[in-house]
Amino acid sequence: MSDTLATAAGPPAGYNLSYFPDVPHTVEEARRDAYSKRIEDVDVANPKLFHHDVIGPYFERLRREDPVHVFDSPMYGRYWSITRYADIMAIDTNHRQFSSEASLGGITLFGNGQDRAPLPMFIAMDPPKHDVQRRTVQPMVSPGNLRNLEPLIRERAAAILDALPIGVEFDWVDKVSMELTAMTLATLFDFPQEQRRKLTRWSDVATAVPGGGVIDRPEQWVEEMGECFGTFQKLWHERAAREPGNDLISMLAHGADTRTMPPFEFQGNVILLIVGGNDTTRNTISGSLLALNQNPDQYDKLRAHPELIPGMVSETIRWQTPLAHMRRTAAEDVEFRGKLIRKGEKVIMWYISGNRDADMIENPDHYLIDRARPRQHISFGYGIHRCVGNRLAELQLQIIWEEILKRFPVIEVTGEPDRVYSTFVRGYRTLPVRIPRRH
Amino acid sequence: MGQVTYIAHDGVRHTIELAEGETLMIGATSNAVPGIDGDCGGCAACGTCHVHIDPAWLAAVGPVTDAEKDMLQFADGVAADSRLSCQIRMRPDLDGLVVHLPESQH
Repeated sequence: MSDTLATAAGPPAGYNLSYFPDVPHTVEEARRDAYSKRIEDVDVANPKLFHHDVIGPYFERLRREDPVHVFDSPMYGRYWSITRYADIMAIDTNHRQFSSEASLGGITLFGNGQDRAPLPMFIAMDPPKHDVQRRTVQPMVSPGNLRNLEPLIRERAAAILDALPIGVEFDWVDKVSMELTAMTLATLFDFPQEQRRKLTRWSDVATAVPGGGVIDRPEQWVEEMGECFGTFQKLWHERAAREPGNDLISMLAHGADTRTMPPFEFQGNVILLIVGGNDTTRNTISGSLLALNQNPDQYDKLRAHPELIPGMVSETIRWQTPLAHMRRTAAEDVEFRGKLIRKGEKVIMWYISGNRDADMIENPDHYLIDRARPRQHISFGYGIHRCVGNRLAELQLQIIWEEILKRFPVIEVTGEPDRVYSTFVRGYRTLPVRIPRRH
Repeated sequence: MGQVTYIAHDGVRHTIELAEGETLMIGATSNAVPGIDGDCGGCAACGTCHVHIDPAWLAAVGPVTDAEKDMLQFADGVAADSRLSCQIRMRPDLDGLVVHLPESQH
């Protein structure tokens, strides 16, 4: 892990949140703001819009008036915003013209293919290399392995919930969402359970922007991720020297297609598996409780009909959209919906917007746990990069809610959540709650 | 127009009637045949409508498309007889088609 690589893979040295204009703090003000600008001035890639959760109206306007929208950002360069469900699907499934390749810029807004390139990881690769690396880790989330994991996750979920305080306020993110997902992730890596919260910290740092509450300076990213990389490199060598085991590090260290991968490629995949296997499910667990509190009729319905848990889980994954976007880079000039996207330009698929597209989802702004086709959301992406761990994510949410409903008549959200400062990870740093009583 | 029989992993059989041009995925999801999810709605983009074609019907159904291959390579238990059922449409020579469902969609 050279400094150069870490520096190029982390946030830009000049990154400063004060660059971004301040934003309205209520959705009503945001709607006025969104519709009062010239359409060409709409810049959705402002983390403050996500931090204050007022991004909705801006995407609504783009979907209606300029669904394939270009903006020249001094921070990110020229980027295209794809905001309709069907258009996102078209790009996501067209991996020949729209590349995920890390060296071209990878899968988020930051990379530019020049001085900013994320670490190589299989989500940021094209076929055929993507395919063999993904297939190497895929057995971890096979139906058979998930069946083996289920009792362990349930036992842990039960223990976490049984230890919660009654009648006092506490942070649901810290005590439940982080705990359960960190335990699962530590199991997948065969990482020491007592150090599991290092994984959540690294996961937060990996996608953090300086000044957003997780890290203060870009160099802090290099320092903390350096510790992460060092730790995992050591584990790689340990596992490589042993018989193949059933954990992700061992799978990569022994896999025919991965055992000779350069260290920085292993590190890239570690980041991918930490963030993908942790943040997303964590934030959706927190999001489920928030959504049910904001929609008490739906919470009542869930209590009366626990068989709706799978539908509620899918609806929450849509409603939350734990990763707001994925990015591609045009591999050639492409004419798309009447616009010319030039080779090398960034194309941002805003999943958060696709999941609110009324052309595809009826009453998209409503949280409804009994939708006819709840799995038809775009949060997992489509095509060859579709979320590899989607069933494990659903399983954890399913289990935690089965165990919650057995124990507590209600869990009340008692204040505003603190949201993540990011255009990528859509989540919560804290969520204050109170459990009045047990059943 | 034509019948298709879905045989679940545990042996349970569901036979339904499909209209001409209707896909096996839509047939299953709109007739409460369990074991097929079809998350993407029929674009060969999610791999959750994986079926195994009964040996007797392999030739009639025809070869797998490139789009299906892209997704099927990541499906659990994929084999030479694997197809995405959203890409198979009912037509006269497929009346009576038999497909086998995997243990679960992934």
